[in-house]
Amino acid sequence: MDITPELLLELLVAALIVIGGLFGVVGSYGLAKLPDLMTRLHGPTKATTLGVGGALLASMVYFWARDGFTFHELLVTLFLFLTAPITATMVAKAYLHRAYLDDENGQQALPPTGRRYGWASFDAAPESEGSNPDSVEAPRRADS
Amino acid sequence: MKRVLPHPLLTLTLTVVWVMLLNDLSLGGLLLGLILGILIPLGTRSFWPQRPRLRRPLKIVEYVLVVLWDIVVANVVVARIVLFKPNRKLESHFVTIPLDTRSPEAITVLAGTITMTPGTVSADLSADGRALLVHCLHESDPERARDGIKQRYEARLMEIFE
Repeated sequence: MDITPELLLELLVAALIVIGGLFGVVGSYGLAKLPDLMTRLHGPTKATTLGVGGALLASMVYFWARDGFTFHELLVTLFLFLTAPITATMVAKAYLHRAYLDDENGQQALPPTGRRYGWASFDAAPESEGSNPDSVEAPRRADS
Repeated sequence: MKRVLPHPLLTLTLTVVWVMLLNDLSLGGLLLGLILGILIPLGTRSFWPQRPRLRRPLKIVEYVLVVLWDIVVANVVVARIVLFKPNRKLESHFVTIPLDTRSPEAITVLAGTITMTPGTVSADLSADGRALLVHCLHESDPERARDGIKQRYEARLMEIFE
């Protein structure tokens, strides 16, 4: 069997797809295996990033060699990095509301902010942003 | 100037992204991108009243490279935890990270970076925007995790934004 540039290229693309697929599987497995919602969030936000990344790199190498350079994979990466953390934070905030606000002493399970104000999911923001937040009296908690 | 272009950087970004989406540098595409780049910041200006300051834009390249490398490492670390660590041995908990930076853009990027990197997800911000609530998947030493995030990411972001 001759080792041609085409063969090397195909090997590289195949390797990237396999690596990406493996990380995708591990991320999805983590989603099923980990014990609660907060730990489960770690699976899709990390392992899947490299899963998608591997597939995108493979696509980039393949089409670059065939039709010339395209920006689309870079844009997919950019949009993924913009949206994935926001989704994760929104899921986490919804979870905090359900798991910690309904519970009587749930707030104690979260570490303190070390500030005069609590976490934004539970506490109101300071009245005006211009004034010194350290001098303002803490607002009452919305649920107290 | 400020009335027509409330966010010149956003205008530039939108135009460039539009041309990249078309994947073709034509005059028509560039013009349409420029029109979108002017109209969208005008439509969204009330959501983003202050113009962010970029003090050292070239540092962004260094930051992106550091974060990309960390993401690759994070994937391997998390994959190993998922595959080989029994659930009962996981030491996952919340950590408070006090913030030194006041720039909303820097805090947003920091929170996003934390979510994408090793075993951490940012979950909430304190009501006065000066502390970040971060969940660690497996960390026996929360103080080390906190200091690592502050030194590796926040210090760099403060150089870029303030």
